[in-house]
Amino acid sequence: MSSRSGVPYTDFVVGSPLADTAAPDGPIETRWERRRFGVKLVNPANKRKMKIIVVGTGLAGGSAAATLAELGYQVSSFCYQDSPRRAHSIAAQGGINAAKNYRGDGDSIHRLFYDTVKGGDFRSRESNVHRLAEISVQIIDQCVAQGVPFAREYGGLLDTRSFGGAQVSRTFYARGQTGQQLLLGAYQALERQIDAGGVTMYPRHEMLELIVVDGRARGIVARDLVTGETRSHLADAVVLASGGYGNVFYLSTNAKGCNVTASWRAHRKGAYFANPCYTQIHPTCIPVSGDHQSKLTLMSESLRNDGRVWVPQKAGDTRAPGDIPEAERDYFLERQYPAFGNLVPRDIASRAAKNVCDAGRGVGPTGLGVYLDFADAIARLGRPAVAAKYGNLFQMYQRITGEDPYEVPMRIFPAVHYTMGGLWVDYDLQSTVPGLFVIGEANFSDHGANRLGASALMQGLADGYFVLPNTIGDYLARGVEPVTADAPEVREAEAAVAARVEKLLSIDGDRTVDSFHRELGHLMWDHCGMERTAEGLHKALDRIPELRREFWQSVKVPGSAATLNQSLEKAGRVADFLELAELMCLDALHREESCGGHFRAESQTEDHEAARKDDEFSYVAAWEFTGQGSAPVLHKEDLHFEYVTPSQRSYK
Amino acid sequence: MKLNLRIWRQDGPEDSGRLVAYRVDDADEDMSFLELMDVLNEKLILDGEEPVAFDHDCREGICGACSMVINGEPHGPQKATTTCQLHLRHFRDGETITVEPFRASAFPVVKDLVVDRSSFDRIIASGGYISAPTGAAPEAHATPVPKPNAERAFTAAACIGCGACVAACPNGSASLFLGAKITHLGELPQGQPERSDRVIRMVKTHDAEGFGGCTNTGECAVACPKEIPLDVISQLNRDYLTASTHRR
Repeated sequence: MSSRSGVPYTDFVVGSPLADTAAPDGPIETRWERRRFGVKLVNPANKRKMKIIVVGTGLAGGSAAATLAELGYQVSSFCYQDSPRRAHSIAAQGGINAAKNYRGDGDSIHRLFYDTVKGGDFRSRESNVHRLAEISVQIIDQCVAQGVPFAREYGGLLDTRSFGGAQVSRTFYARGQTGQQLLLGAYQALERQIDAGGVTMYPRHEMLELIVVDGRARGIVARDLVTGETRSHLADAVVLASGGYGNVFYLSTNAKGCNVTASWRAHRKGAYFANPCYTQIHPTCIPVSGDHQSKLTLMSESLRNDGRVWVPQKAGDTRAPGDIPEAERDYFLERQYPAFGNLVPRDIASRAAKNVCDAGRGVGPTGLGVYLDFADAIARLGRPAVAAKYGNLFQMYQRITGEDPYEVPMRIFPAVHYTMGGLWVDYDLQSTVPGLFVIGEANFSDHGANRLGASALMQGLADGYFVLPNTIGDYLARGVEPVTADAPEVREAEAAVAARVEKLLSIDGDRTVDSFHRELGHLMWDHCGMERTAEGLHKALDRIPELRREFWQSVKVPGSAATLNQSLEKAGRVADFLELAELMCLDALHREESCGGHFRAESQTEDHEAARKDDEFSYVAAWEFTGQGSAPVLHKEDLHFEYVTPSQRSYK
Repeated sequence: MKLNLRIWRQDGPEDSGRLVAYRVDDADEDMSFLELMDVLNEKLILDGEEPVAFDHDCREGICGACSMVINGEPHGPQKATTTCQLHLRHFRDGETITVEPFRASAFPVVKDLVVDRSSFDRIIASGGYISAPTGAAPEAHATPVPKPNAERAFTAAACIGCGACVAACPNGSASLFLGAKITHLGELPQGQPERSDRVIRMVKTHDAEGFGGCTNTGECAVACPKEIPLDVISQLNRDYLTASTHRR
């Protein structure tokens, strides 16, 4: 098949349309209530006999495992880290949204729903997002009951702040470490269930294959990362909560271990992968300093509440920031978007920063940076007040860059942060493989093409504490046939894992895993990053299969499989990134519109803003795997907007 | 910059281990310490040697995974800084740096610089939580928490569970880690019903896991990358004493 612009590209086939049959219709305010009433319930005596595997222990996986065990199921929980407490949700700084309207500033469930659908650039599902907004209220109650130390007013009530893109104050926070505190809440709930015997914990274990028997997900093959032993674990249902795949770009704000392997293995076994090209670019990260760099560090977006973003007006102005007078500065966000100023949504702030740097007005040694200046805030509020709000972030910045942000403006640049694409799920969070549920960042459903600040933590906990524990019972109540470890599908999955591990160790070539990963990352950032063109995507699609071939011919993985072998772990993950990357580029190429964090240069308005094409692309692109080197099948799920009418977003 | 490294290599728990000398000639002062390890490992792999195993993940100073002793100090010489946030600008060109795993009998070495800290999880599992089943929570504003209490709870809750306190302690005690959780939950009204039971159970697990007793040397608080204050240990002792004498 060719693109409409007449340029031929890698084949794909358009398959039958896809529909979310689990979502009720009717009034949106009562859909979740009606779905909950409609699900079949599992008798408590039967729950005790049912096994559920949960892969990943972040906000979604940790909360799900704890809650499922509370309900009485037998849960096995897996994470690759040495402790479930280290999942990367722990690094989220800013906050969590909830429609509590404690400030009386006009917030409501409907407004949070509205803002989230609009913020996602009309590429998320209304039903899912409304449910998320409803549950947000309960999440805060739940976390407070667990002892999450949210910020408080002097009178003892909860404090809130406003966050990127929102005009109401609905973000709850715990200094700059909200993710850490929410995760510790879920982790402690999980540890409580481990102690009570409801959860069997497998730390330092990595899922390397999904076991599908008679078309249903029945378990996983996992490698014990310490002993190297690979073993099958069987269950009545499998839940993936394995996070996002931003590390396909090599440099990202993800933890080094974040990977796509669990999702990708499931994709190869039949789970559709939806909207893989949707990437959240975060506007406020510390710029890259050199080739040695191993990751990017995000500075909380809350900094934009008080920091002013600017660059010199003249290109190539290398004076120190303090030597540039007011009149020669360009506060470009305030100038271009007077209503929202420095608080425009992430995709808009990111692209504006990229544009001024592309025009030669970037700052810092690489020219890839803009100033985030607190001088006005310090003058207005005083240094102690600024320190109280952002002290730990300022410290972190100083530690990394060696510069003091109280004295000189911070330098920031956009970076890959969060992936909105993921495995396709229905309203029950079930994938296209029955019995395989996908929650948190690993699924695609709630954020559309873009994500509002402070909405990821909300989704992780909503899915894990409240949605999945209700919907998974409906599947289990319908009955699951027993399966044994000697089933041919189990043996086959184990053999596939063993063969891949052996192959990686036997190549013994002359390039390290990291060198492949870095090259892939550059390719993806240049051609499938913030700004994409058909030409660039074609280049990437030409190069990725070559790179993949080179990898399987000349990668060097030292050591053995029978021990802790971090090179082997990385090699397996990069092998999967090399396959995912191609699908991301294909998805980006076929979507000839600009949307969310994804700017397609061919699709822009007269004043160079992103132009969405609702009449052609108002759908979820769900990709079916048909074999390595074989054309994937595109299944479209049309999106319907009954409550929020799609409109061009304008933050002018 | 050029750096000489002496790194602890140990094939597995049964191996006796030894310090091995390496040299990195193309280090950059903007690199983090873990990036220096990455550069070394790339070189080792290409030379056909096994890279040095070490734990790390977020590289933002919050996950608590990185765990090495640098020049005798857990997480190295920089105050309030994890290894992943330690940059080479704090070292001299040509310097010799010794890198070892966290040492404590309750943290057995897995391989090279990787240690097993699962004992920390078992301490939390034995009481480091508030029992709050999902879905039954009261309205969040129903229980106000005075700001000073919320602040102190937060300060204690900032512990990242890295284990530097244990590695720094001459007795291998985890009292700072334990005290941090006791203080976090004990400072909040939600944490009161289980307060006595929590401290009794957690101290029992702490001792059973092979951590030593606290003799107030204060090394833990000096080494703590999150600056958890020493007074959480006083809180722990006070709670333990009260619970032991007045336990229902």
